Amino acid sequence: MRDDKEGPFSHSLTNLHRGHAAATRGLSRRAMLRNVGATGLSLAVSPALADELVKLPFASGPRERPVTHAFPQKGDMILQRVRPPLLETPMEVFDRGVFTPNEQFYVRWHWAEIPNSVDVNTFRLAVRGHVDRTLSLSIPDMIGDLPRVELAAVNQCSGNSRGLFAPRVPGAQWGHGAMGNAKWTGVRLKDVLDRAGIKAGAVQVRFRGLDEPVVPEAPTFRKSLAIDHARDGEVMIAYAMNGEQLPLLNGFPLRLIVPGWYSTYWVKMLSDIEVLDKVDDNYWMAVAYTIPDTPHASIAPGQTGVKMVPINRMVPRSFFTNIADGASFAAGTRVPVRGIAFGGDAGVAKVEVSSDGGKSWQPTRLGDDFGKYGFRQWQTDLALADKGDHALMVRCTNSSGEVQPDTPNWNTSGFMLNVIETVQVKAV
Amino acid sequence: MLKRLFVIGGFGSVLLSSTPARVQDLPTIKSTTVELPAGDALFPGGASADAINNNCLACHSPDMVLNQPPLPKATWEAEVHKMINTYKAPINEADVPAIVSYLMKTKGKD
Ligand code: HEC
Repeated sequence: MRDDKEGPFSHSLTNLHRGHAAATRGLSRRAMLRNVGATGLSLAVSPALADELVKLPFASGPRERPVTHAFPQKGDMILQRVRPPLLETPMEVFDRGVFTPNEQFYVRWHWAEIPNSVDVNTFRLAVRGHVDRTLSLSIPDMIGDLPRVELAAVNQCSGNSRGLFAPRVPGAQWGHGAMGNAKWTGVRLKDVLDRAGIKAGAVQVRFRGLDEPVVPEAPTFRKSLAIDHARDGEVMIAYAMNGEQLPLLNGFPLRLIVPGWYSTYWVKMLSDIEVLDKVDDNYWMAVAYTIPDTPHASIAPGQTGVKMVPINRMVPRSFFTNIADGASFAAGTRVPVRGIAFGGDAGVAKVEVSSDGGKSWQPTRLGDDFGKYGFRQWQTDLALADKGDHALMVRCTNSSGEVQPDTPNWNTSGFMLNVIETVQVKAV
Repeated sequence: MLKRLFVIGGFGSVLLSSTPARVQDLPTIKSTTVELPAGDALFPGGASADAINNNCLACHSPDMVLNQPPLPKATWEAEVHKMINTYKAPINEADVPAIVSYLMKTKGKD
């Protein structure tokens, strides 16, 4: 538990604001202290977290966000929320290469009780439930006793690009930067489960981390995978990210890696693995992170009575990384364009661009392939012959033949946006 | 071309890839302690923000709310009740109208 702010506040515990005392019933001590701070003491309204602003391309405000470097083990990040941290990767980071540096890898937590300290000597990962042997694995056990595997994979928030939904929906108002690609090193989940021995009748495997709800009776963040998925030999437990230990805010010391699936399953600070003999009905599986069981998880605004299912595999996406909306070029010259793409739960088969608003498409050259679950760079050049406005578009087709749609999908949670991206440029 | 998953060393190293294993030196994993920014800002607006400041800061900093787009009243009411019913926010029902009114004034939409 974080205790960095307890010192200055603890003396005013007895000074709880009238009426406020009732409101803090049931809150943990830290939350209470925070509330005391909020109303009982005069604190600066906006801590000096940043001095630069970025503008996200949303249809309505607020569009501006601070760029912050106030978070531990993190460089410049777009600040979406201070507590618990929601930090977005600036788009230009994706122009520098297919691996997203750890210090600019996006950050996303649900509950604010995040341990600010992890001791590798005492940390243990529990494996329990419908198993033959309960395990308590240390970090040295994980590194020394199990085969080491390595995999490049994109981690993308279910709600990446939510700010672009039309009509807009509540939730973290991300631009496109709630995603990143890293080389993950660790062990196969299957090898860990085999050590414990899965009993007949196992249905799902449930995961949780060290983070906890601020209110004890609120739902702890837990996610589950079907037993066959958990044992597919690809799902892994990572202890390193791009060759380094994970930044604390990205899940130090261990993180579940679920290649091709949305990040909601990639449980951070993984501390508990529970084999279940029935389907998990906890809030974070049964209610939150569910999508309409329709093509592209899409419904019409206001549509009800739709069957909902837990969000699952990712879909293809592609982005321009060297050109932003409003850029201008000399008419008649060739404009180098490049970006990144990923196939979702399959590799990138091709990336194409259009300079006539999607009427015709031309191929691009793909960069090195680091495995089907990672980012792939693409590049080509475009001639903008006529002066005036041009809509440049990019689309990815994955190796299963799935292509990005040309109309945006919509759902109430703002999940799975993967419409073809367009940037508006000018030839002058 | 690399296979999607390959073992690069360690106990019982099974090679899943035809590519020679790159035995990478793994950095020692070190205990870590960090300090996170407090996130203790308040909602602006003085007295008109009292209800939201008293009820909506326990679990997340105000930017969670302030960065939302303009939303209709029914959506804001649903959000406040989601906080109470799902996330167990200890909020007095009597404070709900003042909270919704603040949200409509600052982030409302027809
Ligand atoms: C008991 C804890 C708690 C309290 C108190 C609380 N919230 Fe939340 N709130 C949450 C959680 C948990 C989330 C989801 C966070 C995430 O996804 O990162 C959330 C998310 C939100 C969101 C984003 C949309 C969504 O539904 O995820 C808004 C807006 C919001 N809260 C508004 C409020 C308002 C207004 C209040 C005061 C009436 C409030 N919250 C009080 C726990 C709380």
